[in-house]
Amino acid sequence: MSPEENTIKLTRKDFAASQDVRWCPGCGNNAILAQVQKTLPELGIPRENIVIISGIGCSSRFPYYMNTYGIHSIHGRAPTLAMGLKCARPELQVWVMTGDGDSLAIGGNHFTHALRRNVDINIVLFNNRIYGLTKGQYSPTSEIGAKTSSSPDGSIENPVNPIGVAIGSEASFIARTVDVFQKHMSEVLRRSAEHSGAALVEIAQNCIIFNDATWAHITDPDNRLEHVLYLEHGKPMRFGKQGEKGIRLNGLRPEVVKVEDVGEENLLIHDEQASEPTLAYLLSRMGPPEFPTPVGVFRAIKKPVYSQLLMEQVRSAQAAKTADLDALFRQGETWDVPGSPDGDNQ
Amino acid sequence: MASGPMTASANTKEALEQVTILFSGDSGDGMQLTGSQLTTTSAALGNDVSTLPDYPSEIRAPAGSVAGVSGFQLHFSAQEIHTPGDNPDVLVAMNPAALKTNLPRLLPNGILIIDQDAFSERNLAKAGYEENPLDDPELGSRYQLHPVPVTTLTLNALNDLDLKRTVKTRCKNFFTLGLVYWLYERPLEQSLEWIDKKFSRVPLVAEANRLALQAGFNYGDTSDAFAVQWTVPGARNTPGTYRIINGNEASALGFVTAAQLADKPLVYSSYPITPATDVLNHLSRWKHMDVRTIQTEDEIAAMGAAIGAAYGGAFSVTGTSGPGICLKSEAIGLAIMLELPLVILNVQRGGPSTGLPTKTEQADLLQAMFGRHGESPLPVLAAASPGDCFETAIEAFRIAVRHSTPVFIMSEGYLANGSEPWRIPSLKDMQPITVRHLDDPNGFQPYSRDPATLARPWVIPGTTGMEHCIGGLEKHPPTGAVSYAPEDHEEMCRLRAEKVARVADFIPELEVNGPQHASLLVLTWGGTCGAALTAVQRAREQGLSVSHAHLRHLNPFPRNLGELLARYEKVLIPELNSGQLSLLIRAKYLLDTISLPKLRGQPFTVVEIETRINELLQ
Repeated sequence: MSPEENTIKLTRKDFAASQDVRWCPGCGNNAILAQVQKTLPELGIPRENIVIISGIGCSSRFPYYMNTYGIHSIHGRAPTLAMGLKCARPELQVWVMTGDGDSLAIGGNHFTHALRRNVDINIVLFNNRIYGLTKGQYSPTSEIGAKTSSSPDGSIENPVNPIGVAIGSEASFIARTVDVFQKHMSEVLRRSAEHSGAALVEIAQNCIIFNDATWAHITDPDNRLEHVLYLEHGKPMRFGKQGEKGIRLNGLRPEVVKVEDVGEENLLIHDEQASEPTLAYLLSRMGPPEFPTPVGVFRAIKKPVYSQLLMEQVRSAQAAKTADLDALFRQGETWDVPGSPDGDNQ
Repeated sequence: MASGPMTASANTKEALEQVTILFSGDSGDGMQLTGSQLTTTSAALGNDVSTLPDYPSEIRAPAGSVAGVSGFQLHFSAQEIHTPGDNPDVLVAMNPAALKTNLPRLLPNGILIIDQDAFSERNLAKAGYEENPLDDPELGSRYQLHPVPVTTLTLNALNDLDLKRTVKTRCKNFFTLGLVYWLYERPLEQSLEWIDKKFSRVPLVAEANRLALQAGFNYGDTSDAFAVQWTVPGARNTPGTYRIINGNEASALGFVTAAQLADKPLVYSSYPITPATDVLNHLSRWKHMDVRTIQTEDEIAAMGAAIGAAYGGAFSVTGTSGPGICLKSEAIGLAIMLELPLVILNVQRGGPSTGLPTKTEQADLLQAMFGRHGESPLPVLAAASPGDCFETAIEAFRIAVRHSTPVFIMSEGYLANGSEPWRIPSLKDMQPITVRHLDDPNGFQPYSRDPATLARPWVIPGTTGMEHCIGGLEKHPPTGAVSYAPEDHEEMCRLRAEKVARVADFIPELEVNGPQHASLLVLTWGGTCGAALTAVQRAREQGLSVSHAHLRHLNPFPRNLGELLARYEKVLIPELNSGQLSLLIRAKYLLDTISLPKLRGQPFTVVEIETRINELLQ
């Protein structure tokens, strides 16, 4: 990008498309849209170099509301389009906007492989634990017993944990935030955008129509501090209204302790850069009723990036060998039939 | 013509017009290699050649079993030829299973060369022979039988080399090749050079293969078994430099060439699948041509990546076989809706389901035409021969770019693995492919249309002031804004169909080989071209009133097709399916076509089509 472009100050308005937003009033998606529109201008990337690709579902209407390049693709496949685009145009910043059904049910294969390859894309997973667009069926993240329009007697399926799947897929950046945590979300999105490689941001998002208050234990402003563990790299894990509680490791099991009982020095220290994902995995398993729900960056490590490696191979091949189509045609043995002016063999 | 016989021989020499030879052995016996060596050598001598490899889908089926038989059929000729030959004149059988599998195909009085060392009791039992067929005097009276102790003679020739017996035994295919080289007066040089190159790191193995090749040649020369040496003089081809090419490599070269003609990177996304995998293998080695290959997690991802790459402005292809197309169908629908230029290659194999992975078929035509939900037309092209895969790949991109549409290329296992001489094209004779990425935001509408082609503009990310979102939802023409209005859906369906139909304005009219009016027209598509052309030529030589026409463009059809078909009393359509092109022709032109279906995993023989022509014109 040229220096002139770099100095252009874009604002939230520059990123808002003229389309009317058609999510339900009170839907968590509106808050996410607002934060994305607010955060992208701060990245200093020209608007035309940003592409937002989505699949199918409520969240996947997202690109229509952004004044960037975008594709509203098909169910579960957004990461595949994003990968192809990055291989054609590694310089673009590519976002995938997806939901829990889109990425963990129908698109599970692509989700894990995009993370495994470490394609340089940002996957934002709007997790509302329900199928909203088809009017309220249970999703891969719905809890056991969830009564939905397709599980009137309660869901009998084990839910999947998006953070755990991302860890298992060897993702290099994994974070979680919440639709109503505006500043936190903005910071997490910024970190994701700045990360080189595949990034997953899970956003706990409320579906006001079909699964209202599914995240109430962490969004309720009165009790939020009791139930949310804000992860900060290099800091001890403390939570509670006064930060009076903490997480300590007892063998291989984390436990909630009172800081004054054990001393801050004995609390777990968050390390998002740990070479092994063990700590991130421990954190991914935490949640109610025994534990607070961790939010923030679980893992942010440096790993070779697929699209960069691909282009390095292309460039080194180009450096080693001239792009000579005629030579390619003539690979192997050739022979001339007389009369030709341009034969080279025999 | 290159050098003549290597040694002065006292044997009788006789000239032949053409030879079809089938090398047959265990899948570990190196028959594909032996066949391809004879192919290159014969082509370099000036013969026209055409090959048909036929191998099992198991990498190493149980040794000696009928399931493990691998064959390579080669037709070489002093004249122009279009098929790998119907029935072999010569059968080389390296074991009882190979004999059992292929003897029924050998022509009466054909030459039968057998490795008699392989006819052990154990191998006979594995092939299901209760008695040794070599003991049956019938065999020698029906064919020119040459039992040769190939294994023993190979081991004898390599006696002085310090190599394991198993390594030495593996050289027996070169002994056989040497014998065949002698029989048809082929020079050894090309294969000797190949051996040196291939085994440059293991000089002892190179030496072993060289000795085996020479020993086979000498055996022919000195043994009394072969009384006659045959010559097949060179064919007169169009002047130029030639090489042997198979369909998959020709496709890969065509894609690279198309991208180079447009000064674009080529992105090839694919999931390994027989018989298309070699296209991925080739392209992954050509990164210096700015080729970017992606081996995706599945077929759907390969199609998704192709769409993403095309959206980014690259020349984008995904290649697969029929089962892969099934998985890609939904995403192909998206590509149609987004109206992005890209190419989908289907190297067809026998189906349905896993079907016959290594065998050929043409049964995916209707899938290409209609295998998506909704009204979703796209252009369909089919290659006629291995070398033609090159031209087809380039034309597919020309159409994709000019009409902003995904384009289907139909290849076949038969074309993908079969090979023929290919005249190396001259780059300066090729028209560049002009790509225009609209970059003027004034009045920009994503689904505005070119008045002639109805293509929409190809605007790529990174273009200032033209940010927009496209998607799979139905649209309002020409803004591209989401719309479910009845009139918008009807108009968009009409526009998408009309756009594909207008491709016919840009492709050549169909030409006929033979009389413009006749009792019969044989109409073909894909790899059936060669057998039908040869059959029609033979029938005309017998005085029959018959012509041949071959369709490269299956959607849309050439503009003159209906009028052309009407000039013939009967239309015969041979195809490796149960009548799919026939169905399309009947539907479109209300014409009572005669279908000649074949579903045996093998291409048509000339005789099969010739026989039907004769029946129809009796």
